[in-house]
Amino acid sequence: MGITTIVFFILSAIAVMSAIMMVVSKSPVHSVLWLIAVFFTISGHYILMNAQFLAIVNIIVYAGAIMVLFLFVVMLMNLNVESEPMKNYRIQLAGVVAGGSLMLVLLSALMKTDKLMVQLKDGDVGLIRQLGRVLFNDYLIPFELSSVLFLSAMIGAVVISKRDK
Amino acid sequence: MLLAIDWLFILEKFALILIVVMGSLVIAMYATYAERKVAAILQDRRGPNRAGPFGLLQPVADGLKLFFKEEIIPDFSSKFLFILGPALAMLTAIMTGAIIPWGDKVQLFGRDIPLQIADIDVGVLYVFAVVSLGVYGIMIGSWASNNKYSLMGGMRAASQIISYELAMGITMIALILVTGNLSIKEMVLQQQHGWWNIFYQPFGFLIFLICAFAECNRTPFDLAEAESELVGGYHTEYSSMKLGFYLFAEYINMFVSSVIMSSLYFGGYDLLPFVDESKWGLSANWMALIGIAALMAKVVFFLFFFMWVRWTIPRFRYDQLMNLGWRVLIPLALINMLVTGGVILYLHK
Repeated sequence: MGITTIVFFILSAIAVMSAIMMVVSKSPVHSVLWLIAVFFTISGHYILMNAQFLAIVNIIVYAGAIMVLFLFVVMLMNLNVESEPMKNYRIQLAGVVAGGSLMLVLLSALMKTDKLMVQLKDGDVGLIRQLGRVLFNDYLIPFELSSVLFLSAMIGAVVISKRDK
Repeated sequence: MLLAIDWLFILEKFALILIVVMGSLVIAMYATYAERKVAAILQDRRGPNRAGPFGLLQPVADGLKLFFKEEIIPDFSSKFLFILGPALAMLTAIMTGAIIPWGDKVQLFGRDIPLQIADIDVGVLYVFAVVSLGVYGIMIGSWASNNKYSLMGGMRAASQIISYELAMGITMIALILVTGNLSIKEMVLQQQHGWWNIFYQPFGFLIFLICAFAECNRTPFDLAEAESELVGGYHTEYSSMKLGFYLFAEYINMFVSSVIMSSLYFGGYDLLPFVDESKWGLSANWMALIGIAALMAKVVFFLFFFMWVRWTIPRFRYDQLMNLGWRVLIPLALINMLVTGGVILYLHK
């Protein structure tokens, strides 16, 4: 067991714990903060695979942009523990069943894969040079299409916000 | 092999981290002193001159005063987050120092020690990640204070930082197009052999500079702590050293962004443009020393510039700030990027 494996297990433990805390915590602000912790541990996993670009972009996009907006909304709406409506018991049950079956599917899919799916420590797949070549040679069309998708989402947001005027 | 680690390597990096963190703290400390002196000069006053010769011990006195002040944690605040806020602000301010090449390398005990904590492949993006995380310290602290003024200040700071990050990011794309590289060390090396990036990207640098002012919450963009409207902004409820952390983080941010600007646009630890210093035949240690001195000279100039602007230009109004960010800087940055890309494409054909 090398140091990479040890770090992997520590990170995984923190990730799972933070994810559970995110679901369990009563205050929405705490939930958002725990989710940010999850993103950091995921970035840590990327770094273990030497996927530096993915790790940093994960932090910039999720922790740095999306979660900031989440936090913004939660803080401005001042959602408190008391103001959170009691959820329907059936909806909670449905959530548990749906989440549990998703975990089952993922587990069964992951059990059948090869043991060595990723290269820990010295992989070079996630380095920016490699990633750029793959994106702009092999996957150029999907890449451009997804950019157009993002652009259309942005335009849609502008249109919705302008409608009232 | 369990834990097969190069212990000397760890030791070397640990020493470097200690030096960088301590160095940034001391420089930030004296930046507060310099700020008061510069303000005094610009306003025809004397500034701090009681503690020690020329008032040089003033920052130490300030720090001690903050430590001995009563620590007040409001009853109605959420305590953990209230403490986490300033801690995060300080942490994110210091973290950027990890990827900055402070000099080339020194030779000690027969080892080549590069004067950079981590030369990562995506250095520029790392800077961005840390900058975008800087919002959390302010947001969490302002929300945990449970005070409307604090929350307003925090929201202002966050929206300002997010808005100016965009223009900053786009100017960085133009710079990356020129250098073809994301590693800051590589960028500095390129500038050492060729021209400084400021000659390729003068316009981009201007936008970057303005954004750096906004990211550091410095005047003319210090609306987050506009004392005339928000009591004290996001740190209204803070006292003692936790307040000190927030104020101090601002100076560290200033220092770090000065270093980043020097490294990206002004050749980093390169002494003179157009001159190949390696031909002077000096030993590696002397070159490293000259490099660090050159970098620090640039940094001191930028720090002075930050202060100069603060005591010259009045604060913007909030709508002016947002207009400048979204309607002026982002389009200009986009044009800059497109022109840069076009020129590079034309030259390569």
